Amino acid sequence: MHPLLKLVIQRLALGFLLLLVVSAVIFLGVEALPGDTAQAILGQSATPQALANLREQMGLNDPPLTRYFDWLGGVMTGDLGKSLTNGADIAQAIGQRLGNTLFLAACAAVISVPLALILGLIAARYAGKWPDKVISAITLTTISLPEFVAAYFVIYLLTQVIPLFQPVAMVFPGMSFGAKLHAVALPVIVLVMVVLAHMMRMTRAAILNVMQSAYIETAELKGVRPMQIIWRHAFPNAIAPIVSVVVLNLAYLVVGVVVVEVVFGYNALGQFLVDHVTKRDLPVVQAVGLVFAGVYIMLNILADVIAIFANPRLRHPK
Amino acid sequence: MKDQLDRIIAATRKGAMSRREFLGRTTAMGISAGLAVALYGKVANAQEAKKGGVIRAGVYGGESTNSLDPALAASPVPVITCSTWGEMLCDVTPEGGLAMRIAEEATSSPDAKEWTFKIRQGVEFHNGKTVTAEDVVATLKRHTDEKAQSGALGIVQGIADMKAEGDKLVLTLSSANSDLPYLLADYHLAIQPNGGIDNPAEGIGAGPYKVEAFEPGVRTVFTKHANYFDSEVGHADQVEILVINDNTARTAALQSGQVHMINRVDPKISELLKGTEAVTIKQTAGRGHFVFIMHCDKAPFDNNDLRMALKLSIKRQEMVDKILGGLGSMGNDFPINASYPLFDDTIPQREYDAAQAEEFYKKSGHDGSPIILRSAPGAFPGAVDAANLFAASANAAGIPLQVKLEPDDGYWTNVWNVEPFCASYWGGRAVQDQMYTTAYLSTADWNDTKFKNQEFDDLLVAARGELDEAKKKADYSRMANILRDEGGLILPMFNDFVEGVRTDIGGWFDDPNGELMNGRALSRCWLG
Repeated sequence: MHPLLKLVIQRLALGFLLLLVVSAVIFLGVEALPGDTAQAILGQSATPQALANLREQMGLNDPPLTRYFDWLGGVMTGDLGKSLTNGADIAQAIGQRLGNTLFLAACAAVISVPLALILGLIAARYAGKWPDKVISAITLTTISLPEFVAAYFVIYLLTQVIPLFQPVAMVFPGMSFGAKLHAVALPVIVLVMVVLAHMMRMTRAAILNVMQSAYIETAELKGVRPMQIIWRHAFPNAIAPIVSVVVLNLAYLVVGVVVVEVVFGYNALGQFLVDHVTKRDLPVVQAVGLVFAGVYIMLNILADVIAIFANPRLRHPK
Repeated sequence: MKDQLDRIIAATRKGAMSRREFLGRTTAMGISAGLAVALYGKVANAQEAKKGGVIRAGVYGGESTNSLDPALAASPVPVITCSTWGEMLCDVTPEGGLAMRIAEEATSSPDAKEWTFKIRQGVEFHNGKTVTAEDVVATLKRHTDEKAQSGALGIVQGIADMKAEGDKLVLTLSSANSDLPYLLADYHLAIQPNGGIDNPAEGIGAGPYKVEAFEPGVRTVFTKHANYFDSEVGHADQVEILVINDNTARTAALQSGQVHMINRVDPKISELLKGTEAVTIKQTAGRGHFVFIMHCDKAPFDNNDLRMALKLSIKRQEMVDKILGGLGSMGNDFPINASYPLFDDTIPQREYDAAQAEEFYKKSGHDGSPIILRSAPGAFPGAVDAANLFAASANAAGIPLQVKLEPDDGYWTNVWNVEPFCASYWGGRAVQDQMYTTAYLSTADWNDTKFKNQEFDDLLVAARGELDEAKKKADYSRMANILRDEGGLILPMFNDFVEGVRTDIGGWFDDPNGELMNGRALSRCWLG
């Protein structure tokens, strides 16, 4: 078997194990929350009788271990169960929300990743000169703004001052692709502002690090043009750290954007998770937690594999 | 007088005068209240109800855990949703009267124990079936089932027997209740085909709009129910509820015209919004209130002198001004205000009185150890600030009140109804009886002040069966006084509904029964 294939399989198996551990941790965490699902659903209006009925109906009186393994068994067979709060099929509900999450993340990534790389290359090329300083100043400013402040700022600017977009970014099945793009424009702008700096600065730092090497000096002495040096000689050797940061940001775009979702009323997975945590809807919380963990693990495996492909020393181990 | 009346009518037609203002002005001119209401109806309706278009509401208070089952409706979005697709036996009018809907007529036996409702003929459900008395019985029965977890359980469990006789519904109560039709106007009790037993969350009712698409916590799309029985209701072809929980986004959506109306305008920005041309702010005195509750059966709150000291040491006007931004009114330590029918407005307003509070505090013999008031940001909007204001004014009266901040998470489980002194809120109810029965009767499930008073209980039961309004009002007045002077409830303020509506929306009227015209804004307004 090709060592690389073996490595990928190893990583996948490890990722699966990790997912199991994560599922147990999520279960424990949710169990430790104060209050139970029945109380959370009925809220202030709970009567003792209604509480007892609801607990029994939802099987909350079973021991935690039984409930955990019941659930795990279901997941293995592709059955995530029904939401405790509104009886909706969890897999179906998550499916639609996940689609929206990935749509928003993809839109933001398509703009931010190439932009960050290009800006990083330019900043590295003109390190210490004004283009570098301008790029750094702007991206550091946008990353320093809390997301919700940036969000309110763009809402004000682009819906009130210049009414180009809509403040509420909900997307629905049946909307055309163009309409969807128009709807998510504002959250995408905010997310790009937030993730740009991190990737840009890592690109710049990684390239500058490589630029110290002797072979770069040789290239310079040969008279190769600076941009050519960066693109042909420095960038390929800087890929590993850049990819890991890019992937980290992609993962963030998928799992960490609940604040942006709330501000723009975007119907994706983060808001969905928060609602169900508040109501102690354990099966949904676990399922979403698992999806998020899965995304993280998969993206990190991807980063590893790309780094190995990019590095001959790792690609051809002795 | 004719000129004056013409001017008022002209102003109302243009939408420059609210219903409340219209009634106030016309009755001041010597026109009887009944006539004024009828006149307003004519004038406002003459304001050409336009048909067609799409009306969108941006609403605070929806979660992705919501369902279309009316029994489970508890937060604003499900409640408004219910009132849009559902139709009840009757509605409570903004003036506190009854409007007959699925029931055409409601009559009771002289002892108010047996009620007969005549079911309107030819009312159709969204699935094409005709509404029958059997459907109504099945609906009420479903809510009596504890497993349905219905929010209306407290209303229907007093009905001992329900049967359908042809086009009549006959309800026999276990004890007399002269307010029954008001209680049956509750939004949980939307009539469903066969009571919705097979699929309670189907969203099929007899209301003016039928559910076209429902995404919990995101939006609900409704289209006009073509065979709806009342042509005065349901003007737009399509209405939509968008769930926008974020204040800023909701306001921005209203300003940019993405939605036509929003609920819960932040008091802090309502003043700013008043300056915008396309938006009007509607302020409606409601029945909801913010409270601090003491358990009357736990030390040190089992001492009425101490309870009195605390009631006297809260600055009510300051609360209304600072916590509600002036958009509310002072409370008087009983949960009823002028928005309720049979309210006694002669009960004196309790004010801040440091000297008297100190006197009561000394008389209570309290040992001087800190009195802990628990509050959380989610107890009600501004609850933590309100608790701190309360502590400051109490400390000035020599009462060692201390605020303990609690997390929102688990507040209703671990603090409310558990700790002896905490911040909370109540929404209003349709009638006084319902409010008192829900939370102040000794045996009430939600008696969150642990208030037990035999005289109060007796009065409540007596008033419930009383058909003579004057006597009933006297009973309620006595009860209000008992609760005010002996209860565990500190009620500093009633909060108004503050809502934003775009100027192209016609047909708006203020309704104290609930927010967004008691959930009927989408079906009663039109797009001008």
